[in-house]
Amino acid sequence: MVINSRFFNRSELLGFLALAVLLLLILPLSLDIFRLNLVAKYLTYAFVGIGLVLCWGYGGILSLGQGVFFGLGGYCMAMYLKLEASSVANTKIQSTPGIPDFMDWNQITQLPLFWKPFHSFPVTLLAILLVPAFFALIIGAAMFKRRVGGVYFAIITQAIAAILTILIVGQQGYTGGINGITDLRTLHGWDIRTDHAKFILYFVEVVLLFGCIVAAQFIRLTKLGRILVAMREQEDRVRFSGYSVANFKIFAFCAAAVFAAIGGAMFTLEVGFMSPSFVGIVPSIEMVIYTAVGGRMSIFGAVWGALLVNFAKTSLSESFPQLWLFGLGALFIAVVLAFPNGLAGVWADHIQPRIDRLLASRRSKSAGLVADGAPAE
Amino acid sequence: MSDETKPGLKSPLRRKLLMGMAALPAVSMLGRPAFADVPATSAVNTTGLAVTDSEVTVGILHSVTGTMAISETGSVEAEKLAIEQINAAGGVLGRKIKFIQEDGASDWPTFAEKAKKLLVNDKCAAVMGCWTSASRKAVLPVFEQYNGMLYYPTFYEGLEQSKNVIYTGQEATQQIIAGLDWVNKTKGAKSFYLLGSDYIWPRTSNKIARKHIENHLQGCKVVGEEYFPLGSTQFNSVINKIKLTKPDVIYAIIVGGSNVAFYKQLKAAGIDLSKQTLLTISVTEDEIDGIGGENIAGAYACMKYFQSLDNPNNKAFVPAFKKMWGEKTVIGDVTQAAYLGPWLWKLTVEKAGSFDIDKIAAASPGVEFKGAPEGYVRIHENHHLWSKTRVGRAKADGQYELIYETADLVEPDPFPKGYQ
Repeated sequence: MVINSRFFNRSELLGFLALAVLLLLILPLSLDIFRLNLVAKYLTYAFVGIGLVLCWGYGGILSLGQGVFFGLGGYCMAMYLKLEASSVANTKIQSTPGIPDFMDWNQITQLPLFWKPFHSFPVTLLAILLVPAFFALIIGAAMFKRRVGGVYFAIITQAIAAILTILIVGQQGYTGGINGITDLRTLHGWDIRTDHAKFILYFVEVVLLFGCIVAAQFIRLTKLGRILVAMREQEDRVRFSGYSVANFKIFAFCAAAVFAAIGGAMFTLEVGFMSPSFVGIVPSIEMVIYTAVGGRMSIFGAVWGALLVNFAKTSLSESFPQLWLFGLGALFIAVVLAFPNGLAGVWADHIQPRIDRLLASRRSKSAGLVADGAPAE
Repeated sequence: MSDETKPGLKSPLRRKLLMGMAALPAVSMLGRPAFADVPATSAVNTTGLAVTDSEVTVGILHSVTGTMAISETGSVEAEKLAIEQINAAGGVLGRKIKFIQEDGASDWPTFAEKAKKLLVNDKCAAVMGCWTSASRKAVLPVFEQYNGMLYYPTFYEGLEQSKNVIYTGQEATQQIIAGLDWVNKTKGAKSFYLLGSDYIWPRTSNKIARKHIENHLQGCKVVGEEYFPLGSTQFNSVINKIKLTKPDVIYAIIVGGSNVAFYKQLKAAGIDLSKQTLLTISVTEDEIDGIGGENIAGAYACMKYFQSLDNPNNKAFVPAFKKMWGEKTVIGDVTQAAYLGPWLWKLTVEKAGSFDIDKIAAASPGVEFKGAPEGYVRIHENHHLWSKTRVGRAKADGQYELIYETADLVEPDPFPKGYQ
């Protein structure tokens, strides 16, 4: 059976199915809830990775500040959860009951205006998508309209990540400061800390992830996706052909921001808190590394990269508490030196041709039989 | 844990302990009846913790990588020393302590992840860990949800109290009020300039300090209050302001690497700490190691422990620590507090006659540790420690010289009335 789809070609469909089987069947059946929750945490970075594939891999815009959008999404969700956890009954011992505990410690006696919309769940969901998109729009418009690109853009995104971290840490009465927003309990009255809730949240997240994969694939296959690639290769020619390069770049950057924000919001739900340590320069660069390891040209590669790197991080640090960072560093260097296109590149260059040859020789004997396999671009 | 045992134990007591340890395998070969005084596991562990007939597992959860590693390493070392000593003395309820160490990597969600692993997967009977407030805030819901027990060593801002945490460091009032009273009384200080790194501990501490200065000390006032981002190295403008306002006391709560820049710039600006009184609650012997003793000599620090304390417990503790971890190591306030963790847990378990978390949480108040290097401590109903407050003066060799200590133990008060 040879499947020909306009949307996914054969190897992409295989990759999609393999990922679906792994995430929806194999992992939930084989892992206990603690490990499954860890996988859920890793997958939140896959959202960022998908966004980076679009904006960096296809559009050629390297953003070293995706943590900003991850954080904005996460903070929006955390603010809603925190308000719900700070009911008057829960905060009786405070001098001002009914406001988040960290505000009370900082002598704030009234809920700040910008927190008020987060009493509403629908507004929060909208904010998770729109606040980062709007922020990305402003940054993108300011940069790309002035034709700032390449290294300069990367540096500016880093600076923004640093600025936002300092802002959050400095305004601790309004943001929870360096501790972040902690002790989150319920989502719309539903306790998110139970094992049962973690199990359900995992599946919600996987479904969202596949939604994002499909959306990214859609963007990639439209004319828009081809223009992004053209821009990456020869920006001037695209401009001279009459396209507004800046607008396309802004779109790619905004799309990446929204994907990252969805990941951030899921992160808050899975982990149970949000803090400035996911906003700054280091986490932002880590997110780029996941994408690079997975393969920046491959949507599936980004998901695998986020999963594998974080899995390595956890297992190395459990086995070698004092040496694991060296091991992780060595892994990155090895991948970049040996496989510049990441894991997806290894697949496409080495494994895929073999499978194809194998299939071809089989097919000559008997028609049919598709080997199952791991993902590829 | 024998894997950390170093050869060459010289003191007679330790040699005896070692002989005891060597004899243990032989004793255990005699079979169960020899351990008639060891209570059955089913009786002391009713909730499925990692306790066997011969072993009990605890967790150690600190950052050994990342920016906090330099601070937290001392705590890890102290906890391992305490565990080794407890094992050499026969363990807890006849069971050897085995530890599982996890790295929080200076990253708060990693702390939460590892805490969950230690409680859910490894079923640790207790966890010694965390350093920064942010890491404690990250793991607190985990400990409350899975009903674990955390021994937290760092002096911190207070405003917290949990059934599932024993705070072996000082909460803010224990570190601040006695120090301010002392500097007011003996130095006649009337004006204070408050400095801090910009996060919750320095801000809360300075808030308490300001309330105390303005409401409780006659005729005293705060002439300035400023905060700097973590890791900041530019202090020249505030040093100029200090020179202009000439406060009687500079009250500094600057943490981590920023200290190095701050004290060097202070010295370079010609502020002589032998004439200008500076009181800090954030510089222990560990930090002086980085700052350089000559840059901070003359400054006063308000802590509960100094390596130079002259008491029999400390005279045994310091050489034991150096034997295990090297002559050059220094022991700061938090390191000592971390050392208390395993001991307090052992004493509590033995008082409760059980490893069950609910029982040790209930048995904790009133547990006293007479062998504490700082002298004597007792657990309060609010799970913090009664301990003395001490003022020391930094010397050029990197040690503190004890100047003053409170006559009595100071009561911990994590939610101080009138200071919020």
